[in-house]
Amino acid sequence: MSDPASGTMDLAGEFLGRRTPMQRIQVTLHRYPYLSPLIVLVVALVIFALINPKFILPGNLSFITQQTVVIGTLAIAQTLIILTAGIDLSIGAIMVFGQMVMANLALTAASNATNFGLPPWLAITIGICASILAGAINGFLIVKLSLPPFIVTLGTLSVFTALTLILFKARTIQGPEMPDLLKVMGVAIKIGSFQLMVGVIVMLVLFAVFTYVLRMTSWGTHIYAVGDDPQAAELSGISTKRVLFSVYVVAGFITGIGAWIYIGRTGAASPNADPSINLDTITAVVIGGTSLFGGRGTLIGSLLGAFIVVVVENGLALAGLDQAYRVLAIGILVIAAVALDQWIRKVRA
Amino acid sequence: MSTPTLALEPLLSCRGLVKSFGHVIGLNGADLDLYPGEVLAVVGDNGAGKSTLIKCVAGALIPDTGEITLNGERREFKRTQDARLQGIETVFQTLAVSPALDIASNLYLGRELRKPGVIGKVFRMLDKKRMRTEASQHLQDLGIGTVQSITQTVETLSGGQRQAVAVARAAVFGSKLIILDEPTAALGVRESARVLQLIKDLRDRGMPVILISHNMPQVFEVADRIHVQRLGRRAAVVTPQTHTMNDVVAIMTGAMSVDEKDQALGPVRSAN
Repeated sequence: MSDPASGTMDLAGEFLGRRTPMQRIQVTLHRYPYLSPLIVLVVALVIFALINPKFILPGNLSFITQQTVVIGTLAIAQTLIILTAGIDLSIGAIMVFGQMVMANLALTAASNATNFGLPPWLAITIGICASILAGAINGFLIVKLSLPPFIVTLGTLSVFTALTLILFKARTIQGPEMPDLLKVMGVAIKIGSFQLMVGVIVMLVLFAVFTYVLRMTSWGTHIYAVGDDPQAAELSGISTKRVLFSVYVVAGFITGIGAWIYIGRTGAASPNADPSINLDTITAVVIGGTSLFGGRGTLIGSLLGAFIVVVVENGLALAGLDQAYRVLAIGILVIAAVALDQWIRKVRA
Repeated sequence: MSTPTLALEPLLSCRGLVKSFGHVIGLNGADLDLYPGEVLAVVGDNGAGKSTLIKCVAGALIPDTGEITLNGERREFKRTQDARLQGIETVFQTLAVSPALDIASNLYLGRELRKPGVIGKVFRMLDKKRMRTEASQHLQDLGIGTVQSITQTVETLSGGQRQAVAVARAAVFGSKLIILDEPTAALGVRESARVLQLIKDLRDRGMPVILISHNMPQVFEVADRIHVQRLGRRAAVVTPQTHTMNDVVAIMTGAMSVDEKDQALGPVRSAN
């Protein structure tokens, strides 16, 4: 019958009132989670430019944006999912599936068995729908069967990869075989000696749109709430299942756009495309300051994170270092980012 | 003291609620009556089914059997949103606030305000400015506006301040009934006094309150009637005037039983 924990508030107030410089940094990073990736990116750019002046030539910077575009686009989808405390290991497989659907449906070469010759816009639409469907399957398994996202997407990673190989016979479709609309994302617009790919513009537009959605709409707020504390969100009247399912569907849509960009970026559609893309997107999101435990993070952080991954790879290559060192550097960055996140989370009073 | 019988129908009435969790029986035919304009305290030992009972009323749990009527109409709440739409607001023991969101977002969580016109309808843009000004106004009106900034995330708040946010949310949006589950458990003396004052203010505005508490002095300070829960059922309903704290504890533990004619099963307070 006694009053427990009396005076809790005053103690906390005193604690918050007196901050050491370290605590101030902690609180600032907590409030602006994209600050740390911004600092890392700027420092990396400066160092690499000092090591090798070629690094900041417009040609190389164009190359960096082109290298970033697919990771960056998929990182949007990955961010939405990780904000809900989920993870998508199948995102690369969905992208490959989507691009193979697009390329095969639009194929006009008469020699091919999977020759549908659909109009390119229809092929692209169906490809994006296929990605949405794949995302919906992930969402269904996670929401309806209450399976952990890690396990579900680990499974669907294999399923979608196999499906792609079974349906499309492991055949790479070369650029000349495809109509131009499929490759439009790879068209470069010249700004001086800097080349801006259409896909990069699309990626930046997607970032802008989804930053707005996350910050300024109910759905965005609910994504944070569901990732933060699903029980609290449910008791607050949010349908956590509906939010989760919709996130995987929207992620599928973004991945579909990513598939289209990928065709433009590489100029071909290969069923064996880039197996590292799954982990690269997760790396970008984590380096970007989004918490793997959900509820905290920003899209701008993920964009910076995607650039960091590419800039470090590119910069170290230009500095003459072996591929192994680049992989090592990315690994260290990921661990540092997660350690930083753990430290920042302790700010909770 | 005989209970004055007023010709009043209960605002909220539960009959024979049963809720089991596997082999554990949370509620075993529990009844509850809440009359307009009163503060009903629900007390009971740990595991007596207090929280389970109010979770059924709040829509957070669905009872196995039994019925809940609100204003004479039978209601089946499948989720908290259903109860909220009927004007029932609940402050759960776990508070149900989202730590990473700011105070204003938490206050409006699940019923965000959108901007008027096309921006709100088509682009679904939230009216953050209005939510912030109204949230800070509400907190001040309730006398619990001790936070530095309405844009602070809830995780940076102390336990008492978080409680204040959760209580404010219920007080702002509750239109028929407010349920508070252990609202002072984590609070200091000063904050507890504020919450008790808030409960009295709500009652003076005609808003009925169900208060779950372990704190007997607080219960006796604000309650009109005291519902004693024991072993998943209603053991008795008494008033602070007819029974002492020791009596209530005795009923809670089963050491004492109260004859039905000595109970306060009807309303003791005229709603006006």
